[in-house]
Amino acid sequence: MVETDVKIVYKRPAGFTDRVTHYCPGCTHGVAHRLIAEVLEEMGELNNTIGVAPVGCAVFAYNYFNFDFVEAAHGRAPAMATGIKRTLPSKTLFTYQGDGDLASMGMGEIVAAAARGEQITVIFINNTNYGMTGGQMAPTTLPGQKTSSSPLGRDVETQGYPIRTAELLATLDGASFVARRSLHDARSIRMAKRALRTAFEVQKHGLGFSMVELLSICPTNWGLNTEDSRKWLAEHMLPYYPVGDFKVSTAVSEMKIGGN
Amino acid sequence: MALELIKGNIAVAEAAIRAGLVSYFGYPITPQTELLEHLSARMPELGRGFVQAESELGAINMVYGAACTGLRTMTSSSSPGVSLMQEGISYLAGTELPAVIVDVVRGGPGLGNIAPSQSDYTQMVHGGGHGEYHVIVLAPASVQEAVDLTGLAFDIAEKYRMVVCLLLDGFLGQMMEPVVLPEFQPVRTIPPAWGVGSPDSKERVVLTSINIDPPSQEKFNVKMMTRWQEIEANEVRFKSYYLEDAEYVVIGYGTAGRIALSAVRAAREQGHKIGLLRPITLAPFPTKAVDELAARVKGFLVVEMSNGQMLDDVNAIVAKRAPVDFYGRMGGVVPYPDEIANAISELINGDHDPNADARGKWLAYMRKLVGMGE
Amino acid sequence: MPPKGWVEINELYCKACETCVIDCPTQTLALDMSRLSPKGYHPAFMLHPENCTACGTCAVVCPDAAITVYRGVRPGSKTEGEGA
Repeated sequence: MVETDVKIVYKRPAGFTDRVTHYCPGCTHGVAHRLIAEVLEEMGELNNTIGVAPVGCAVFAYNYFNFDFVEAAHGRAPAMATGIKRTLPSKTLFTYQGDGDLASMGMGEIVAAAARGEQITVIFINNTNYGMTGGQMAPTTLPGQKTSSSPLGRDVETQGYPIRTAELLATLDGASFVARRSLHDARSIRMAKRALRTAFEVQKHGLGFSMVELLSICPTNWGLNTEDSRKWLAEHMLPYYPVGDFKVSTAVSEMKIGGN
Repeated sequence: MALELIKGNIAVAEAAIRAGLVSYFGYPITPQTELLEHLSARMPELGRGFVQAESELGAINMVYGAACTGLRTMTSSSSPGVSLMQEGISYLAGTELPAVIVDVVRGGPGLGNIAPSQSDYTQMVHGGGHGEYHVIVLAPASVQEAVDLTGLAFDIAEKYRMVVCLLLDGFLGQMMEPVVLPEFQPVRTIPPAWGVGSPDSKERVVLTSINIDPPSQEKFNVKMMTRWQEIEANEVRFKSYYLEDAEYVVIGYGTAGRIALSAVRAAREQGHKIGLLRPITLAPFPTKAVDELAARVKGFLVVEMSNGQMLDDVNAIVAKRAPVDFYGRMGGVVPYPDEIANAISELINGDHDPNADARGKWLAYMRKLVGMGE
Repeated sequence: MPPKGWVEINELYCKACETCVIDCPTQTLALDMSRLSPKGYHPAFMLHPENCTACGTCAVVCPDAAITVYRGVRPGSKTEGEGA
């Protein structure tokens, strides 16, 4: 390698295919995808990883990652990942799920997988609505938030309260690392990447179940431009869904992370 | 090769281990639970995968994941649990994946009861999940046959990359019979080139049931139908008893077929030219055999532990060339050989009208039998 | 003082979401309202290349991995370089 005075500070990750994503402009699904690809590349796991795509906006996630992928039925990604992991234990498995997929349809599968301490990593995208079907109310929709199926705003009297998934899963002994991060600005994105690295390292070290919830924007269904969406996230979502580490098992806190 | 006295559920579990089962995912439900219990001890002991899932939905989707590796995987359940699994069965079919599902059928609908039944014929043979797909359905009539068909189930699941269902009833699952278990097969632990995690695939493997473009979905379905045609040509299995000179034929599978055989033997002893056709593959159905018989015999009697789910298939093949009588018990009630013997007499001594409403006649009889008046 | 770096925006991927433009701490970037990309967007570009510090913020926030960030002197101006 020839030393020059030009250095690439940042380039498209090797874990990506050259496909253009189908996500709307500004949608942070793309950021979450990129962070996963970067972390797996940095860990040298690209050739050892199998991803499980959800039903929802990320249903075609497998088109964008450059490694083996399967596509689950709605909500069942943790079960599907379990089936693969128990069959091929040396592989790195992750599910990529939205809030309808994970916190509504698949609440049974995710709780059971976490309780079993299943050696998988879950990336959970919380954008407070069902993106793919056009912005309906999700389990994560905030009180009073208007969606296409709560047109007057979510009425907690009749439509119940949002689910704080990270806090909920953190109560389970089988969950080793559960964190929430946000994708609304550069600093938060850098923090999210570190959490994802920890989550995948937990799996690589055989320390159990790990999940990172990522607060995301949905400009199209929120009816806001990118910038206003990011502000909305900061103003409305962060107070209800605080970022933080909700579960760090003793073994995880003592874990040494190699690489950068 | 020693004969061992083993319960059906456990025999199937052990046969699966010997066929090279790599991972099992299930949920307890009577009358299937011993199968799961046996594997909960044996699979970890052999260093293989076992998970007692959170639900049948969880179990079938774990199978879905495991099947994506192309390695041998299985689940087992009973009727209400299999209803829950239909989602995953459709996805398995839509992704062309091999998997074995054992359904130890019990009485229904709803929660029903835990007694033996054959009322899952329709949900397994004619789908149950959404979309257009087929499942190969094998129906043993003894514990030994269940053991033998378990190995076959894995082989043909792999050969055609399809779901194979081993359809038992609670009777076969719970009954103890002397069996010879097969030899241990080598366990394949490296995925084939089409499976995820395979070291042999030339490019990355993506397995999905999505065909977002309708013409592409249609093309896929044509491919699946063509495969099914091949399976219909190659995989039909049935057992014939006294059919060479038979003037009357009883058709029954599994436990009902076995009980019918006793009645057929008794009728033979009385000099009646009667035989039994016992389908072993319910899907693909022994259509050609029934068709040939329809051209030469005087009448059929279909015997089932259901309301005539297979009867409809037989009627479609016979197409009124001969009368098709029906005798069934439902809701977990198992018929006695006497009852079938009576039905045989009625067939032989009846008016041989191919247009008669056999199910209506049977239902009128049943109303009386269960005390529902005229 | 020469710029400390530069960015290249792949117009195949850029969807003109404007996140990089807004988050750039040195106001280097803008959407090019005079053209459309092959996908029909007004792609982001370096309106003020002289401002770029190669901090990488634009690439960190870009949802489409469209941005490559280089540190150093841009080839063509003085030194040829390929850092891949």
